Amino acid sequence: MNQYQAFYQRIDKALQNDQLRRNFRSAMDGIRERRLAQFPDDRELQTLRFQAKGIRNRSLSRQAELLERLETKLTENGIQVHWAETPLQANARIHEILEAEQATSVVKGKSMVSEETDLNHYLEQRGIEVIESDLGEYILQMAQEPPSHIIVPAIHKNRFEVAELFQKFHPEQPYTDDVDELTGCARQVLRKKFAYADAGISGVNFAVAETGTLCLVENEGNGRLSTTAPRIHIAITGIEKVVEKLSDVPPLLEILTKSATGQPITTYFNMISRPRQPGEKDGPEQVHLVLLDNGRSRIRNDDELLDTLRCIRCGSCMNHCPVYVHVGGHAYGTTYPGPIGILLEPQRLGIDKVGSLTSACTLCGACGEVCPVRIPLPKLINRLRAEAVEATPGDNGVPGTGALRSRSEALIWKLWKQIYTRSRIYSAFKYLATRLRHIKPPISNGWTRYRPIPTPSSKPLSELARQQGYDDE
Amino acid sequence: MNQPDQIYFFGTCLIDLLYPKAGLAGMALIKRQGVKVIYPANQSCCGQPAFNSGYRQEALAVARAQLNCFPNDYPIVVPSGSCAGMVKHHWPELFAGQPDESQAIAAAQRTYELTEFLVDVLKLKLKDLGQPTRIAIHTSCSARREMGIADRIDSLIAQLSNVQVVEQAHKTECCGFGGTFSIKQPDISGAMVEAKCEALLATGAESVISQDCGCLMNISGSLEHQQRELPTQHVAEFLLQRITGEGK
Repeated sequence: MNQYQAFYQRIDKALQNDQLRRNFRSAMDGIRERRLAQFPDDRELQTLRFQAKGIRNRSLSRQAELLERLETKLTENGIQVHWAETPLQANARIHEILEAEQATSVVKGKSMVSEETDLNHYLEQRGIEVIESDLGEYILQMAQEPPSHIIVPAIHKNRFEVAELFQKFHPEQPYTDDVDELTGCARQVLRKKFAYADAGISGVNFAVAETGTLCLVENEGNGRLSTTAPRIHIAITGIEKVVEKLSDVPPLLEILTKSATGQPITTYFNMISRPRQPGEKDGPEQVHLVLLDNGRSRIRNDDELLDTLRCIRCGSCMNHCPVYVHVGGHAYGTTYPGPIGILLEPQRLGIDKVGSLTSACTLCGACGEVCPVRIPLPKLINRLRAEAVEATPGDNGVPGTGALRSRSEALIWKLWKQIYTRSRIYSAFKYLATRLRHIKPPISNGWTRYRPIPTPSSKPLSELARQQGYDDE
Repeated sequence: MNQPDQIYFFGTCLIDLLYPKAGLAGMALIKRQGVKVIYPANQSCCGQPAFNSGYRQEALAVARAQLNCFPNDYPIVVPSGSCAGMVKHHWPELFAGQPDESQAIAAAQRTYELTEFLVDVLKLKLKDLGQPTRIAIHTSCSARREMGIADRIDSLIAQLSNVQVVEQAHKTECCGFGGTFSIKQPDISGAMVEAKCEALLATGAESVISQDCGCLMNISGSLEHQQRELPTQHVAEFLLQRITGEGK
C-alpha cells in the first residue's frame, strides 16, 4: 500500500466517525473562541507576534552558540546534558541513565518530543514501568492511542468515552461520566505513582541559555510533581527550543498560552535550574537534559524552510485548520498533526514516507494568520509540494524530494502548459469546450464524487467581450 | 490612487470558460464609471493551478505568457481573490531570479481584486434599485487572508438599501475548494463543502454572493449534487443587477 492509499484509509475512517467529528468540531470551536477572547486588540496581538517571531529568529540564528552556552550553564548548575542525533540515541541515553540508577518506574509529564522518539515503548520493552501523568496522556495510555493533538492529546474523546476507559481500567471505582469525578479518580491513581516512581520525565518549552533554566508550561501540576517528586528528573527536548535570555521568556510564554488554550497564563509554570542542593528538603537528586536533533539541523540548511523551527508548539494552527477540524489528528498518521505536522513531518521523515500530507491543505491561510511566531505555513507547505514533485532532485534539502512525481500527473501539467501558453490552442480549446458544452466528458474523479462537472458557458468571456465592443489592447 | 483613464481586465480562466457573465458584469461596473476597460485577447490563466500543485516551471511558463498582455502601466483588475492573490503575492516569488522578474513585480504591484478596485480606487457609490432580498456573503480565503480585503465586498453590499445580509456559522472557514485539493483530497473536500452548504442553507438566505468563482463552483456544485436549492452568484453580477434594477 503506498502512502496515499494509507492516508486515504485513515481519512475515510475519520470521516465515517460522526462522534469523532462532533468532538473535534465543538472542541475546536471552543478553543478558537477562548483564544480570540485573549486578544481583544488586534494591533497588540500583531505587535506581540512580531516580537515573538523576532525572539525565535534571534535564537535560531545563533543556535549553535546558544546551545554551547546552555550546556555550560546547565553543567555549572549541576544539570547533566546529553546530546542525541536520532530518536534511538535519545531513548538509549535515557535508558542508560535509568539503568545506572536502578530505576524501574517512571512517571511522565507531557512531552511531544518523547512521542517523536516513541520513548514509552522503548522503556516498556526494557522492563521499565512508564506512567503518563498528564490527564489526557493518561487516558490515551489506557486507550493505547497516540495523541490526536499536541496540546490537548485526548481531545478526540468525549467524557463518555473517557468514562468507559476508566470503568475498564479501574473497575474498583464506581462508574461516572462526570468530568470532575473522573479527574478525581485519575488523581487518586496518579498520586500513588508520583510517590514511588524512581524517575520523572518531562518535556521543555524554553531552555534559557543565559541562566541554564528549563521552562515547563502546564496546567495540572503533574509537570511539577514529575520533575520534583522522583529522585531523578530527565527532561527531553528538541535543540530548537533554546532561547537566549530569561527576558525572552515572558513574551513567548504570553503568546504561547493565549494562542494554545486561550489562557492568560497556565496554572503552573516551572523554571527548573538545578537539582536538590545540600540542606534542601525536596527536589530531584539528579537532573538531566536530553537534547534531540532528529532532522532539525537539516531543516536549518534551507533559508526558507528554516522558519519551521520557529514553532513553539502551541497547536493554534491545528485549532484553526478546516481540514484538521473535519478529520482530527489521527488521520495524519504522524506525531505532529495539522498544518505544523504537514510542514514538519515530511522534512523530518522524508517526502517518500509522508509527503502525501502536503495534499491535505486548501492553502486557506487560517494557520498562518494565527501562528504566534508568524510561520508562513501555507507558503512553506506549498514549497514542500514543489519539493515533492521536483523533476531533478539534488542531494541536499528535504529528504525524498521528487518522490511523489508521477509521470501521468507531470504529463497533465505539461499539456495544461501547452494549452494555456499558446493563445491559438487556448482559443481552439475554448471554442470546442463551449460549443460542445453539453457533452459531458467521461471523467470520474474526486471532484465528481461530490459535484457534477461544471458546464461551460455557451461562449467564453473573450468572445463576449469582443462582441460587446471591449478593446483588446 | 486616483481614478485611472483605463484598466486591463484579467478575466481568469475559470470566468472565461464557465462564468463569463461575472466577467462582463465586472467590466460593466468599471466602464460605467467612465474608465476604459481593455480585455487583452491573449490572456489565459495566472498559473495558480500548477503553482499550488508544485509544478512551478509550468506555472511560470503560463504566468509569463500573461506578462505581454499588460504592456502599459494601467491597473490590472481581477474578478477573483485567489487569482489576484496569485499575481500580487506569488508572481514575485515565482519570477524570482528570472530575466523578466521586474516586469512581473511591476504587474503584481498594479494588480487589484475587483471589489478592492471598486472601493479603493473608483470609490463606487451604489443606488439599490432591486427588490428586497436576503443574502449570505461567502468571502474566499484568498480575499480574506492573502489579500486582506474581506471588508470590501461587505462595504459594497452595505450600500444596497434593500439587501439584508445574514451571517452563516463558521463564516471565515474555507469552503473546501482549494483548487486541486478538491481532486487530491476529495473526501475531505466533500465533507468541508457539505458543512459549508449546511451553514449557508441554515441562514435562510435567498442567495449566496462571493467574489470568487472557485468557491461558487464548489458550493453550487455541491448544492446541485445534494439537490438543494440555493442560488449562487458572483458579486459583480449581483451588484450590476441591483443598480440597474435588472434581474430579479
